[in-house]
Amino acid sequence: MKLQEYQSKQIFSKYGIPIPKGRVAATANEAKHIAEELGGRVVIKSQVLVGGRGKAGGILLAKNPQQAEQVAAQILAMEIKGLPVRKVLVDQAADIETEIYLGITNDRAARKPVMMASAAGGVDIEQVASETPEKIVKVHIDPLLGLRDYQARDLAAGIDLPRDQWRTFEQIARGLWQAYKGNDASLAEINPLVITSDHHLVALDGKMVLDDNALFRHPDLAEMRDLDIEAEAEVEARRHDLSFIKLDGQIGCMVNGAGLAMATMDIIKHFGGEPANFLDIGGGASSEKVAAALRIILSDSNVKAVLFNIFGGITRCDEVARGIVTALGEVKTQVPMVVRLVGTNAEEGRQILANANMITAKTLADAAQKAVAASRGGSSL
Amino acid sequence: MSILIDKNTRLLVQGITGNEGLFHTQQMVAYGTNVVAGVRPGKGGEWVLEGKIPVFDSAKIAIEATGANTGVIFVPARFASDAIFEEADAGLPLIVCITEGIPVQDMMRVRNYLDQKGVRLVGPNCPGLLTPGEAKVGIIPGDIAIPGNVGVVSRSGTLTYEVLYALKEFGMGATTCVGIGGDPINGTNFIDVLGMFEADPYTEKIVLIGEIGGTDEEKAAEFIADQMTKPVVAFIAGQTAPPGKRMGHAGAIVEGGSGLAADKIRAFEAVGVRVASHPEKIPNLLR
Repeated sequence: MKLQEYQSKQIFSKYGIPIPKGRVAATANEAKHIAEELGGRVVIKSQVLVGGRGKAGGILLAKNPQQAEQVAAQILAMEIKGLPVRKVLVDQAADIETEIYLGITNDRAARKPVMMASAAGGVDIEQVASETPEKIVKVHIDPLLGLRDYQARDLAAGIDLPRDQWRTFEQIARGLWQAYKGNDASLAEINPLVITSDHHLVALDGKMVLDDNALFRHPDLAEMRDLDIEAEAEVEARRHDLSFIKLDGQIGCMVNGAGLAMATMDIIKHFGGEPANFLDIGGGASSEKVAAALRIILSDSNVKAVLFNIFGGITRCDEVARGIVTALGEVKTQVPMVVRLVGTNAEEGRQILANANMITAKTLADAAQKAVAASRGGSSL
Repeated sequence: MSILIDKNTRLLVQGITGNEGLFHTQQMVAYGTNVVAGVRPGKGGEWVLEGKIPVFDSAKIAIEATGANTGVIFVPARFASDAIFEEADAGLPLIVCITEGIPVQDMMRVRNYLDQKGVRLVGPNCPGLLTPGEAKVGIIPGDIAIPGNVGVVSRSGTLTYEVLYALKEFGMGATTCVGIGGDPINGTNFIDVLGMFEADPYTEKIVLIGEIGGTDEEKAAEFIADQMTKPVVAFIAGQTAPPGKRMGHAGAIVEGGSGLAADKIRAFEAVGVRVASHPEKIPNLLR
């Protein structure tokens, strides 16, 4: 789960990382009041969960409260990469001398957290990483010991930070490690971390991504989830504990297991079709869950055929079949359906579906080919 | 013959009184696995499965009483890393964790700790192990595989079943099937299992089932080129997955241009590993 900039910076601040004075506003009028309180120049920053806000015109300076109101109104009316701007952050503007990058993330290959710093902050760090990797200094952190002070100093020295800034930089690095660890983040990033003209280090922008699997430890953070950024169907799917991702094709898929779901999408493509979604109903799915899944698939008007590929293990095929029948009783549809049931109680499942007017298939390849044909209107039962 | 588990496996089930734990214990026992003990703190002294399996309060007591040599974990995600630490500290050399959804930072601590202790973990978020005809540890349906000479290693669950079933349809069987799990940080990787299959005299060929995310398949390709003599056939799921979206498994995500299925397929083909275009093509490539 991604956090907005203002949420990330609030968390950083709790861990002793200096951030600019500022507050978030939902209206232009609020933005004006915040600018009045702060005094002087302010920067108005759109709060949307995409990169490239600056280039899209979603980050602008304002010299006075009147201008802040005007600029905030302008930004709040924007859509950036398809996402509506609902909030702006009004921050005191800083006089920037140097821009640094400091971030921590999971290095899955090393199986350890890695903290990275670069003197080339401010720009797209992935571009720096791919074009000039020598400009990024890394230290791997022992997850059982935590960040050592010398590691933070190594980063400071590695990016040629002036020595009089080392002590503050160490504190910020320690704070960032603790923010990452304390909130079960998979990414905590300050970009840029600036040195101001009066020689202060300040986290101008912040980004955090949290581990969804750890949100049970952080109910307060779970509430920060921004439902705007997800397709309606994906929100609905999560409500039913289904793993669903909408895609652009014509063949809806319902599968048990993530790997098999991906393989099913791939084989549809292999036979010339395009999957409309990824959907894993999980292990041991109930008929209610299956019915909810089918409703979600059929709510996409692009769907011209549905493919069920169920390999019963913990999941029982008869239970899935009952779910399909339930859903078909509620949703009237002309969309052709291809079903393949293998494994636990497959025979019982097939009997339940015998009267449901569905196309049956024995193998995965057969099922995919029939679904592709059906999506083109060339089906025969 | 087999790797990791066989007739001599003496299994301890952590979380044996839960719904999943009890159901799968029943299945494992029915398959012929020697389940010697269960653990559920607070229920020590009870028995499950009509008095066949004793329940203990801790892994340590269970091992002392029964001589268990392998552990399997069915406890919920928030307690799972503690269960792994407990089994490792109690002295089990092999731990299989079925639990899905363990926080990544928990797994980083677990993995770094186990590496220091020299304990092997399989999983988490995996279907476990199956040595057809001898033992199963985990949730792989026993009747979809027969004994044979193919070693199977997979990051997936039901996709593995699909492959075992396809092999069986062609009259092919497995020495052992190892589900290593779909999480970004796990205990056992492809190369660990490939090394074991290479050393196992009864395994003649190997099927590797990978998916998008991470670079474990690329490392496996390197290992196959450098260290293996036995033929390997691969399948990679997620060729149609869009970047930046997590495809169900926490580890199955294409990030910043790495972890793509196409790169993994290229890495395998470059070292002579044949890659199946879909799972049902695997038996043909093994002939």
